[in-house]
Amino acid sequence: MTATLLPATDLRSFLRGLPGVDKVGVEARAAALGTRSVKTTAKAAAIDLAIRMVDLTTLEGADTAGKVRALSAKAMRPDPADPTCPSVAAICVYPAMVPVAAEVLSGSGVHLASVATAFPSGQAPLDVKLADTRDAVAAGADEIDMVISRGSFLSGRYDEVFDEIVAVQQAAGPAHLKVILETGELGTYDNVRRASWLAMLAGADFIKTSTGKVPVAATLPVTLVMLEAVRDFRARTGRQVGVKPAGGIRTTKDAIKYLVLINETVGDDWLHPDWFRFGASSLLNDLLMQRTKLTTGHYAGPDYFTLD
Amino acid sequence: MPKSSPAPAPVRLSVRKTYKLFIGGAFPRSESGRTYLVDGDNVALASRKDARNAVLAARKAQPKWAGATAYNRGQVLYRIAEMIEARRKEFSALGVAAPEVAAAIDRWVWYAGWSDKIAQVYGGANPVAGPYFNLSAPEPTGVVGVIAPASFLGLVSVIAPAIVTGNTVVVLAAGPQVAVTLAEVLATSDLPGGVVNILTGRAAETAPWLASHDDVNALDLTGIDDPELAADLERSAAGSLKRVIRPGRTDFRADPGLHPMTALLETKTVWHPKGF
Amino acid sequence: MFAYAPAPESRSIVDLAPSYGLFIDGRFTDAHDSFKTVNPASEEVLAEVAAAGPEDVDRAVAAARRAFEPWSALPGAERAKYLFRIARIIQERARELAVLESLDNGKPIKESRDVDLPLVAAHFFYYAGWADKLAYAGFGADPRPLGVAAQVIPWNFPLLMLAWKIAPALAAGNTVVLKPAETTPLSALFFADICRQADLPPGVVNIITGAGDTGRLLVEHPDVNKVAFTGSTEVGRAIARSVAGTGKRVTLELGGKAANIVFDDAAIDQAVEGIVNGIFFNQGHVCCAGSRLLVQESAYDQVLDSLKRRMATLRVGDPLDKNTDIGAINSAAQLARIRELSEIGAAEGAERWSPPCELPAQGFWFAPTIFTGVTQAHRIAREEIFGPVLSVLTFRTPDEAVEKANNTPYGLSAGIWSEKGSLILAVADKLRAGVVWANTFNKFDPTSPFGGYKESGYGREGGRHGLEAYLA
Repeated sequence: MTATLLPATDLRSFLRGLPGVDKVGVEARAAALGTRSVKTTAKAAAIDLAIRMVDLTTLEGADTAGKVRALSAKAMRPDPADPTCPSVAAICVYPAMVPVAAEVLSGSGVHLASVATAFPSGQAPLDVKLADTRDAVAAGADEIDMVISRGSFLSGRYDEVFDEIVAVQQAAGPAHLKVILETGELGTYDNVRRASWLAMLAGADFIKTSTGKVPVAATLPVTLVMLEAVRDFRARTGRQVGVKPAGGIRTTKDAIKYLVLINETVGDDWLHPDWFRFGASSLLNDLLMQRTKLTTGHYAGPDYFTLD
Repeated sequence: MPKSSPAPAPVRLSVRKTYKLFIGGAFPRSESGRTYLVDGDNVALASRKDARNAVLAARKAQPKWAGATAYNRGQVLYRIAEMIEARRKEFSALGVAAPEVAAAIDRWVWYAGWSDKIAQVYGGANPVAGPYFNLSAPEPTGVVGVIAPASFLGLVSVIAPAIVTGNTVVVLAAGPQVAVTLAEVLATSDLPGGVVNILTGRAAETAPWLASHDDVNALDLTGIDDPELAADLERSAAGSLKRVIRPGRTDFRADPGLHPMTALLETKTVWHPKGF
Repeated sequence: MFAYAPAPESRSIVDLAPSYGLFIDGRFTDAHDSFKTVNPASEEVLAEVAAAGPEDVDRAVAAARRAFEPWSALPGAERAKYLFRIARIIQERARELAVLESLDNGKPIKESRDVDLPLVAAHFFYYAGWADKLAYAGFGADPRPLGVAAQVIPWNFPLLMLAWKIAPALAAGNTVVLKPAETTPLSALFFADICRQADLPPGVVNIITGAGDTGRLLVEHPDVNKVAFTGSTEVGRAIARSVAGTGKRVTLELGGKAANIVFDDAAIDQAVEGIVNGIFFNQGHVCCAGSRLLVQESAYDQVLDSLKRRMATLRVGDPLDKNTDIGAINSAAQLARIRELSEIGAAEGAERWSPPCELPAQGFWFAPTIFTGVTQAHRIAREEIFGPVLSVLTFRTPDEAVEKANNTPYGLSAGIWSEKGSLILAVADKLRAGVVWANTFNKFDPTSPFGGYKESGYGREGGRHGLEAYLA
C-alpha cells in the first residue's frame, strides 16, 4: 500500500503542536521582570528609547484635520522647549486622515501608519478590506496596521485568517505590515501564541496586541508571550518580526517594564524602533515629564507640556 | 458699683452626627428621604429601593471579595478588630457595656483567623473507588441578606461569619447608632465598598423585600423575634430556594461553632482522572 | 543587554549593635563565649554574638519551663492576640528585617523582601488564628500542648525557619528555646526584640545563639518535651538516635535531591522558569531544590537550549542590589563543599557549563552551573550539593521518570511539568515525595503542609497538619 501524504501546510496541526503557555507561570515571570529597578543613566536612556518607539495614535470618530495636524506636529517635535528630545517613531491614524498627516510629516522621518481592513472589528467583506488598505497606502501611509478576523480564528478557520493576511500584505505593497491579533478577544495565552505564529507565517512584519477599542488591551504577560514567539520564529526561520503592544500603556514606569521584558527575553536586536513600538497617546507626555524630571531634578506638572 | 462676676465661658456647640445608610462603601441618605427618631437623632429609614440598591452593591463587590486570597480577607477582618478596639469609648458612649465591646472585638479576631482554615476543616480529598483525583472545597454562596439581632455582639456575630469566607451582605440593623458606628469602622478598615451594606430602619418593612429578591442567595433570620414573621420570610425565600438560617441563636458569647459559616457555603467537588 | 545601573537598597534602615547576648526569660544576657557573624558578600564582620554554653542552655530551658504553665493556661484567644501582634510588627518592620537577612545570609534583597518576609508574617498570622480553634483541628476536643520545645534551625531561610517553628509551637500552647544557625544569628535576635515589643510574657520565647555544640546540648536536654530540627540528614540522624528511649517527640526536616521532571508536552518557557527557580532561587541553598533535572529525551535539545539562554540573563552580585538574582554563598565552608562536589562531577565525566559571569573579588561566590550527561550512578546525582548546581539526566517514558525520581534515599519534593492533567496526577500519585509541585516550583504557603518522606525527615510544617507536632 502507498503511504498517505498529509498536506504540506497543515496549519491547524502546526499551531496546535506549539508548546502551551501556563498562565500562572507567564504572569509570574512578567511580574518578576516588572520588579527590575532601572535608575539614573539607564532610566534616561530608556526614556529616550521609549519616546523613539512611540506610535503616537489617534483613532476616534471625532478626529478632524485640525486634530491630526496638531498630533503630527507633536510627533515630530514632542517637546518644543527641548530640541534634544527625539521624535517619535510614527503617527497612527484612520485612513481618512492619512492625507492630512502625510502633508505635515513629509520629509521628517516620522513614519505614517494607517489602520486598515475595517478597523477595529474587521467585520467586512474582503474586497472592502483590501480597498481600504490600498487607498491608505496610496494616500501616503508607509505602514499598515491590519486586524485579523477574530471570528475566523476563534472558529478554527486558520487558513482563512492566513489567506487574508497574505492578501492584505500584497495590497499593502511596499508598506510595512503590522498584524493586530486583538489579544483581548483571543481568550487564552495559548491562542495568543498560535495567532502570533499564524501571523508571522503569513508574512507579518510586526505583530501587534490590540486595537485599543476593546476592554482588554496590551499587558506585560501577553507581550511576553509574543516576544517568545518572535524569538522562536527567528530561531526557526531566520526572519525577524517586530512586536507592538498597544492600548493601556500610560506611564513611563509601564514603558520601562516593557523594555526590560524585551531586554531579558529577546535582547538587543529588538531594542530599536524598527522592531518594537508602543501604540499609545498619553504615554508620550508622561515620558516627557519623567525626562524633564531627570534633567531638572524636580517633579514636573502637566501644564508644562503640550496637549498635542 | 458692685463688682460683676466673670462672664461664664461660652458653651461650645457640638457638631451632631447624621445617621445615614452604608451602601457600596458610601453613606447615602434613604432614597425615600425618610428618617425616624432614635434618642433625639434623625436616622435614615431604609426603603425597599435602598434594599434593592444595597443588593446591587453587594452583588457587584462579591466576585472580587471572593477572589481575594483568604490571607487578605483574614487581614481585613483583623484590621476591623483593630479599628473597633481603637473606638471602644465610642461604643461605650452608645450604651454598649465594656465586656460586650471586648467580646465583639475578640469575636472579629476569632473569625479573622478562620478565613484560611475553613477550607482545611470543611473540605478535603475524597478517596473515591477509582483512578480519580477528587477534591471537595467550600465556596461562598454569594450575597446574603441578614436581619441582625439588636445587640452589638449579635450584630458582629452575624456579619463576620458571612463575609470571612467571601460572601457579601446586606444587613438590616436593629440598634441604628451602634450599626452606623460599626459602618464607620468598616469604612476605615480596607474593606472594599459593597462587601458589607448596612440599612437602618424597620426590619419588618424591608425584610420581605430581601427575602423575595431573586438575586439574594441566602437569608439569615437570626434577628427576627416574631415566629410568624420568620415563617413568612422563610416561605418567601423558598421562591428562589435561598439558603435560610432560622432564628434561634441568642447566646452570642458561646462558641458559635462552624454552622454560621458553613450555612453560607457551597461545597464544590472536582474530579480528574489519573493515569498515563 | 541594556544595563540597569546599580540600584542598592539602603542598609541604614538596620541598626546593628556591635554585640548581642542571649535572649532568655525576656531579657538579653551575656555568655562567657562569643563568635562573629560575617556578611558573606563582603566578609565584613557584622556583629559579635554570644555562644551559649551548658549553663546557658539550662537557664533557657528552665525559663521556658517556668513560662509554660501560665502560657498554656491562657485562653487560646489571648495567645492568638500575642501572635497577631507579632505578625503585625513583622509587617511593619519588614523592610528592616529583609535588609538584615540579606546582610547576614547573602541572599538577594529581592528574595528576602518579596519572598521571605511576607511568608514570615503570613506564618504568624496563620497560626495565630489556630490558637483559639484547636478543638476544630482534628486532634480531639481539647488537645493539650507538649511543654518545652527545643528548636534548631538552619542558615538558608533564617527568619522563615524561625517562623515555621515558633508560630505553631506557641499557638498550641508550648514555650520554646530556639537556636539559630551560627552563620545567621541576627534575624532571630531581632525577633527577640519583636517579642519584647509585643509584650510577650518572658520565657515563652528564648533565643540562644551558638554552634553545633549548643544545638546538641539543647536537643539532649532532659527537660525538653519536643525537638524540632531542620538541617542536614546527618545531624538529623544523630538527633533521632539521641531521643530514642526518651519521652521526647521529634520532627525532622532534612535534606533532599529533588527531581524536577519535564515532559515533552510541557509549556516549555514556563518549565524553564521552573527549572531556574528550582535550583537557583536562594543560591540553591534550599532543601527542596530541584537539583536533578529529569528531561524527557524527546524534548532535550529544546529544553537545554532554552535553559542556557535563560541562565545567561541571571545577575550574580551584591545581595543588596535590587536587580541581583543570585547572591553570595552563605559561608566559606559551604563554598568549599560546592566546589568540591563540582570538581567531582567533572571528574566523573559530566559536562560542566556556566554562563559568563563576573564574580566579585571579596566574599563567597559561585556561578550558576549545570552538569549535563549525568546519570544516576554519578555522585552529583545522589548527593545534596546545596548550591547553584543542577545535574541534568534524561528519561524516555513516564514510568522511567518516576523510577529515577524515586531512586534516592531522599523524598522531600519533586516537580512535574506537563500540560496533561491525567499524566500529572498519576505521576504525582507515584512520586515518593512530601511536596509535589506541578507546573510550578518552590511555592510555599503557611496553609500548605511541608515535609519529607524517607531520609528527608518526618513530620509536616504548615497547615492544619503542622499543629500535630506540637500537641499531645
